[in-house]
Amino acid sequence: MTDPAPAIELKGISKAFGPVQANKDISIRVMPGTIHGIIGENGAGKSTLMSILYGFYKADAGEVYIAGKRTEIPDSQAAISAGIGMVFQHFKLVQNFTVLENVILGAEDGGLLRPSLAKARGALKKLAEEYELSVDPDALVEDLSVGHQQRVEILKALYRHADILILDEPTGVLTPAEADHLFRILSGLRAQGKTIILITHKLREIMEITDTVSVMRRGEMTATVKTSETSPEQLAELMVGRKVLLRVDKKPARPGAKVLEVENLRLVDENGVERLKGISLDLRAGEVLGIAGVAGNGQSELLEVLGGYANATGTVRVNGRAIALSGKDCTGQSRRADGIGHVPEDRHHEGLILPYTAWENAVFGYHRDPAFQSGPLMNNAAIREDAKGKMARFDVRPPDPNLAARNFSGGNQQKIVLAREIERNPDILLIGQPTRGVDIGAIEFIHQQIIRLRDEGKAILLVSVELDEIFSLSDRIAVMFDGQLMGLRNAADTDQRELGLMMAGITEDPGDDSIAAVEAQLAAKNAREAAHHG
Amino acid sequence: MDFLTLLQVLDSTVRLATPLLLACLAGLFSERAGIFDIGLEGKMLMAAFFSAAVASLTGSVWLGLLAGITGSLVLSGIHGLASITFRGNQLISGVAINFLAAGMTVLIAQDWFSQGGRTPSLMGGGRFNDITLPFADALSDVPILGPVYAQLISGHSILVYVAFACVPLSWWILFRTRFGLRLRAVGEAPEAVDTAGVSVIGLRYAAVAICGLLCGVAGAYLATGLQAGFVKDMTAGRGYIALAALIFAKWRPWYALAACLLFGLLQAVALRYQNIDLGGVIIPVQVMDALPYILTVVILAGFVGKAIPPRAGGEPYVKER
Amino acid sequence: MDKMPAWADAVLVPLISLILAALLSALVIIAIGESPAAALKLMVEGALMRSAGWGYTLYYATNFIFTGLAVSVAFHARLFNIGGEGQATLGGLGVALVVLYLPWPHWSLALVGASLGAAAFGALWALIPAFLQAKRGSHIVITTIMFNFIAAALLNYVLVNLLKPAGAMDPASALFPSATHLPTFQQMFSSADAPLFRGAPANISFFLALLACVAVWLLIWRTRLGYEIRALGHSESAARYAGISPVRIIIVTMLISGGLSGMMAVNTTMGESERLVMNATEGAGFIGIAVALMGRNHPFGVLLAAILFGFLYQGGAELALWTSIPRELIVVIQALVILFTGALDNMVRMPLEKLFLSMRKGST
Repeated sequence: MTDPAPAIELKGISKAFGPVQANKDISIRVMPGTIHGIIGENGAGKSTLMSILYGFYKADAGEVYIAGKRTEIPDSQAAISAGIGMVFQHFKLVQNFTVLENVILGAEDGGLLRPSLAKARGALKKLAEEYELSVDPDALVEDLSVGHQQRVEILKALYRHADILILDEPTGVLTPAEADHLFRILSGLRAQGKTIILITHKLREIMEITDTVSVMRRGEMTATVKTSETSPEQLAELMVGRKVLLRVDKKPARPGAKVLEVENLRLVDENGVERLKGISLDLRAGEVLGIAGVAGNGQSELLEVLGGYANATGTVRVNGRAIALSGKDCTGQSRRADGIGHVPEDRHHEGLILPYTAWENAVFGYHRDPAFQSGPLMNNAAIREDAKGKMARFDVRPPDPNLAARNFSGGNQQKIVLAREIERNPDILLIGQPTRGVDIGAIEFIHQQIIRLRDEGKAILLVSVELDEIFSLSDRIAVMFDGQLMGLRNAADTDQRELGLMMAGITEDPGDDSIAAVEAQLAAKNAREAAHHG
Repeated sequence: MDFLTLLQVLDSTVRLATPLLLACLAGLFSERAGIFDIGLEGKMLMAAFFSAAVASLTGSVWLGLLAGITGSLVLSGIHGLASITFRGNQLISGVAINFLAAGMTVLIAQDWFSQGGRTPSLMGGGRFNDITLPFADALSDVPILGPVYAQLISGHSILVYVAFACVPLSWWILFRTRFGLRLRAVGEAPEAVDTAGVSVIGLRYAAVAICGLLCGVAGAYLATGLQAGFVKDMTAGRGYIALAALIFAKWRPWYALAACLLFGLLQAVALRYQNIDLGGVIIPVQVMDALPYILTVVILAGFVGKAIPPRAGGEPYVKER
Repeated sequence: MDKMPAWADAVLVPLISLILAALLSALVIIAIGESPAAALKLMVEGALMRSAGWGYTLYYATNFIFTGLAVSVAFHARLFNIGGEGQATLGGLGVALVVLYLPWPHWSLALVGASLGAAAFGALWALIPAFLQAKRGSHIVITTIMFNFIAAALLNYVLVNLLKPAGAMDPASALFPSATHLPTFQQMFSSADAPLFRGAPANISFFLALLACVAVWLLIWRTRLGYEIRALGHSESAARYAGISPVRIIIVTMLISGGLSGMMAVNTTMGESERLVMNATEGAGFIGIAVALMGRNHPFGVLLAAILFGFLYQGGAELALWTSIPRELIVVIQALVILFTGALDNMVRMPLEKLFLSMRKGST
């Protein structure tokens, strides 16, 4: 008996967005009735690849084979008819429709709704029994928990007779208990012969549920292995890769006085979800405190609160003096007056006004400084002159202050933001993802600037999802998971593996025979969570 | 106020509510699909002119109706082109359409009829005549119900009945058919429709076309039913009142009926009385004029039941990043 | 890199849109059996070849400068103020109250007082929609439309019931005292041997409008407030990061916008009719939209566009007088300008961008 044809085979898929090569010559085979994981860091190109498979983007090159047959997928309709279902990271649901209406949308039988709804009701009942996929069919989607909304997405795919189910970061928004339930559903689907592609950046999930796993890094597929023949350590290494040596020469830190004290910081977002669950930390002058963690675990919110544009409860003291966490004294302006500089995570939507010129951006946030005024007007000549100096000192290219910010490369845009925040000589500098989307040359420069600032006795809070970066810059490292700090280590006393486990929410080192221990600890943790939630 | 006067006011309410209702339902289809339309006024005006003009030239009100609908549909097409195909600003497009209609109608009217921007008065077959429902005369002697049937329910032009029939019909289309489900979905979450393999653009054009059709009927009623011919700017802000009614109705057909009847009543009262004396407090007629708008602002402010427009309204759908 | 050079964006796109609008207008003129060339000649002669024509052109332009500036200031904060009509209506009320009920020894003082009154009333009328947008998220386009109608009803009430002199028939206020009459261009520039601007309504408010252009230019490009207004318009999230309060900026921007719309009434009510009448705005609030779009929200562009529309208005009046083309042709042109420079912007822009991209590729 020969092997069955792969459920999906991709050959040489490439896709570029402008100058960014999101996918580079990617080939992959997924056998039917298996769960195949695709793992990689943010921006590795996983979602792009799957969007191509679902007809959302058109590949620049490459071929797709479904069940051994060459298939063109120009749009979602074609993907659906080829038996592909997709559960997007951001659900594609109509919030004020019922579950039933969402399920039949686009897959109705005939022009009238009543028969379609009746048929779907029956089908849903069957699916619910088969796969633990029970959802109230008449509930409005907006009233459902995130976990249930995800079930609706899975039901949508199954109702369309999908044989291949793609899930993009399905657990990013789920509680551990919900994630567990999802994995039971996926196991059930596999048992019925469905093929599942699971996109994630969480090692734990890969080890827990997949049969085979492919690793992506910077748009390329670096390896495909059987899950049973690999280890989290090996996958982590494949994922992160050994980057160009980015070690920064630095002397040991000489920490001074506490300049920032955070106690029991809590933030509940507009949907009522608690994003920060009691963060406490100290930051001293002359040190870099790195906050590691998978994106979306509360790091952004922490920066927003400290930067003065999100409200929270708790206590934050700067140089011993408590600062406002809500109300009219909680603004970016007042934070700057308190000596907090902030290089935000997202320079396109926060740090810069892209249509503004470089010189206009060079005072953004400090534009009310009397030094830049002459009478009631802004002293544009002075600002331009000041910007010219900053651009020269930070080696921004081209050194043209009249050029709009959107016309600079990512690295040079970031240098403009850095120059602006660093040269204000803040006591505390918040830095989020300092080198995201920045070319190698600029990375080195930016890292040097951060260390120089530290050596001048400034306190630096660094948030980054790049573990390498955290390691090369930080003196102490904290890991954030699910709105909490999982632990604080001296950079010298920890390693990538320990941090990686903490990033997955595991605090104790399971020792060498890791998998079993991790599983056990996770199970215990999930049971606790479940009890807590129940 | 005696019973007969009340009947007359209510009768006039029905007549005045009809164009509002048609335009309001037109806007409902468009905005439910995510296309804001402040060009209802212009489309009605265009339809009013072309229906009166063609009815006057051919003597057939039905040809007039057809012409009115066509005129309105052309403007819908422009709105679709601007807001769907070229992903332009839907509000600016609506403003442009209103001016286009205001200018073109007078321009063409002057060219065709040379009567100072109006059409000749319509007579006979050039107008929609009032229909007397069966037994209206026979039953008119029955106390209360008789006159209500004979005067209020019977005796309107066919388009009035069409407009009122459009309410359950719209409800049925929107909430009981596949097309309605998809149309509502595309105004709430076009990405859900797109990933389900249904064309967002196709649905939105369909909605805009329905909007044009209904505005066409509304305009035709104004010029050939309510009045006998076209005069410059004869819509007199009705498109905006319909827009207000739409918000007031929270984008729902039956509520739209109620809102339009309310606004029609305000117009009818304002038309009949100058100032209203409510037990010593005199309410000037201008309050009646302004009330629909004031009520809408109150609703918009969310102090009395928040009006939440379709979530994807006003935003062009862009799939590629 | 930018897809096209800045000059193309600032000049070429509006110019092509204008040409498209002009071509379509010419087709309309042909369709009604007139000659576009003859019509243009008539318009130029009537509006630009005599000083009296200029007197009308600049009178209209004064209105359009104010309303155009109002719309563009709001646009900079990404607010679409479609309520210029209502704000100008209230501005007229402000002018009338200030001029009628305060004793003014000289027109120059009255001009200052009336301007303040007009701006204050216009701003006040923009305040509620601004507040509702900033605090409650009510769509400012809808609320400002509603406020246009409410303004009309309010003015109607005030004129009929409060300001109309006893015994007068038409709903209008009493004539303003002669000490408050503004000097017209005729009075300012004519000499005994060289009469200029005879009978034209252009008056000293035109210079007030020019002043407003300069003030708006300073505001938008030279003050912190303008910097913050533009920042909010470009990116609300970045504005928050920088400590700029969206609520404050929305309200302040709309107050300025409403104030500018209101000041239009100085020209119409005080400068021309010298009493408050119904519908003094004559749609100028809406023309402000076309003017702002064409002027690319820049005061200098607004000035040019306002003069162009002033020319169209005066030329259109001439056409209506001498040919069978009604004044409404101008409304059509206005609609086409809004359509092409506003809603169909991408239709003009996308092919141009492609063209510039291919030219750049060709040259490297």
